[in-house]
Amino acid sequence: MSTIKLIIDGQEIEVKNGTTILEAAKKINVNIPTLCHHEDLCVAGNCRVCVVEVKGRERLEASCAVPAEEGMDILTNSAKIRNARKDIVSLLVSEHNTQCTTCYRNTNCELQELAAEYNVDGNKYLSVLKEGIEIDTSSWSIEKDDSKCIHCQRCVRTCAELQHVNALTAAFKGNEMKISTFGELPFNEVVCTNCGQCVNHCPTGALTERRYFDQVWEALGDHSKHVVMNTAPSVRVALGEMLGYEVGTRVTGKMVTAMKKIGADSVLDTDFSADLTIIEEGHELLSRLRKVLLKKDTNIKLPMITSCSPGWVKFIEHMYPNHLGHLSTCKSPQQMFGALTKTYYAEKKGIDPKDIVSVAIMPCAAKKYEANRAEMNDSGYRDIDAGLTTREFGLMIKQAGLNFQNLEDSEFDSIMGESTGAGVIFGATGGVMEAALRTAYTIVTGRNVPFKNLNITAVRGTEGIRKASIKIDGCLEEWAFLEGAELNVAVAHGLKNARTIMDEVASGKSNYHFIEVMGCPGGCIGGGGQPIPTNADIRAKRIQAIYEEDMSKSIRMSHENPEIVRIYKEFLGEPLGEKSHKLLHTHYHKRNRY
Amino acid sequence: MEEVSKIIKEKIKEVGNQRTALLPILQAIMKEQNYVKKEDMVDVAEALDISAADVYGTSSFYSFIETEETGKYLIRICKSITCENKGKKQVLKAIEKELQIDLGETTYDKKFTLKPTNCLGLCDMGPAMLINDEPFTELTTELVSEIICEFRNR
Repeated sequence: MSTIKLIIDGQEIEVKNGTTILEAAKKINVNIPTLCHHEDLCVAGNCRVCVVEVKGRERLEASCAVPAEEGMDILTNSAKIRNARKDIVSLLVSEHNTQCTTCYRNTNCELQELAAEYNVDGNKYLSVLKEGIEIDTSSWSIEKDDSKCIHCQRCVRTCAELQHVNALTAAFKGNEMKISTFGELPFNEVVCTNCGQCVNHCPTGALTERRYFDQVWEALGDHSKHVVMNTAPSVRVALGEMLGYEVGTRVTGKMVTAMKKIGADSVLDTDFSADLTIIEEGHELLSRLRKVLLKKDTNIKLPMITSCSPGWVKFIEHMYPNHLGHLSTCKSPQQMFGALTKTYYAEKKGIDPKDIVSVAIMPCAAKKYEANRAEMNDSGYRDIDAGLTTREFGLMIKQAGLNFQNLEDSEFDSIMGESTGAGVIFGATGGVMEAALRTAYTIVTGRNVPFKNLNITAVRGTEGIRKASIKIDGCLEEWAFLEGAELNVAVAHGLKNARTIMDEVASGKSNYHFIEVMGCPGGCIGGGGQPIPTNADIRAKRIQAIYEEDMSKSIRMSHENPEIVRIYKEFLGEPLGEKSHKLLHTHYHKRNRY
Repeated sequence: MEEVSKIIKEKIKEVGNQRTALLPILQAIMKEQNYVKKEDMVDVAEALDISAADVYGTSSFYSFIETEETGKYLIRICKSITCENKGKKQVLKAIEKELQIDLGETTYDKKFTLKPTNCLGLCDMGPAMLINDEPFTELTTELVSEIICEFRNR
């Protein structure tokens, strides 16, 4: 690829042809402010905050959208540029609801940061903020406040490019333009999967997760309630970002201590139910293989596709309603956890389940919706009472006045607090597949998967869709029908990739047996409830932390988790058994396509 | 409904089922029924394999694609400054009086809808308006009464 030379702020730099001015500047550590730009998304060039001077050109250029050219001489910081940026930010502020002190994104807002940096005069332009804008609070997961929207369209691009959902669009034009759903319907009536990627990509407080932490504080302060908290694998590798740690720092021990300090009666681990999911899902896969390959049962669908990601589940319900039979019937770890908290846990601890408040801390916005799905009450109660995002939990730690970095490490409580490395890797794309293969292979052959240190690197990585084949030989007698078979698996993350793989499945051309799909790019570590910002670099560091956590565990296969062995022995009976079926499995619904 | 799906099918035969077919399809629907219903948008989205929100975004962007029910005759009166200076205000009042509706409304018999429009490019002959695709210029209060009368009897 050819390169070009240009000068930025007096410094000569050589970059690849096609590099934007913004990217070129970044290479020499020149920071140009941006607002509508996001590394995950295509260029929009609509906010103009990133303008720079190109010598010889009359007008300022948007550096995010203009490719560097040979011989360009660029200034990124001059009086002209500063004045322009200040004006641009002032204009954006003039149509923004600047009630910053009461905004959930206060101190974590890109517009606020720029307004402060450029010290804009709030009275320079008349406020043109429209009156009477109502916040859409119809969704369990996402709130939309148009009074804080600056029309950068990051959300529209996120929903279209990353997720291929297109629940959001830019409707109307000129000063009437607004970000809208189909027909301006409330969020809970449209194809929105609740993945929360729009929230994670919104520079302001226009899109936020629906918050439940006040209810959780309420429960924590009520001594008649027994509050059980559980945290997803990817929370422990991202929470630190909100509390002064470098990206990719694992804070498991401090996180557990923090939950105990804020008053949780029991601090348990969703990784435990991730291990349980593997047992159920692994057996479901093998049972499907037996029915299809041995008994030639045509009612059973292959490939089987994972169902842990509630954004993905709602996506397939909307977009491929005729293919729901491919979804594993297993509930997600969160919902398995909830159902068991109010049955098994309550029984063992001698607590009336009506007094238990189960709180799930998740990297996810869709988990809030999942917790509120009508059918998620198999325990006889709401299985999960409140779903919080990593961000909400980080805020709670701050509200509690805890000095997080000085907290001692502590261990999860028992029961349902023990987990394996297999449960941990659920947090990264490919993790469920790897964990399931580790266990399924052992069930079938009695041996460990034939990979060094159990690490199935073929399904790891960040490529959108990854495929692998695993040859099964030396089967135990019961599984003789699988002898010599190649198990074809695929992994997809981000709903855009999910659509690609589903198109293949829907066309009947796919030869896979098992597919893992995660709704968010990177898997849960890149979830819509994770700290803002999230981008490719940050996702990669969180994934690395997840695999470090896996390697740090003494047990790394779900079926070896002693608490899992115990729960089957003392409560569930056997995988896919009657009790499992009632508490740990679910069903799906067809949904509209708009 | 059936008619719309027929329109969609025919247009797709003509212009293909790429995203670029969206506007021609919307225009064809407009021609047939004066506005694009929400359920039509869902059908169009499905036919082109794009999202319904996309169809809504496009429909709401263009002034000449209506997303709410309109009367048989859609009057668009120019709101630009030239027509204003040439006496649009009185003309508009006369129309409102004649039809017994305000700007933005539809008559009870669903025959007329009255809407403002941006410049029609007929400034030299203002005040100007369109009724469906037909332009009317150099309007006076008397003239608009006559025009409306004529449309009423069509």
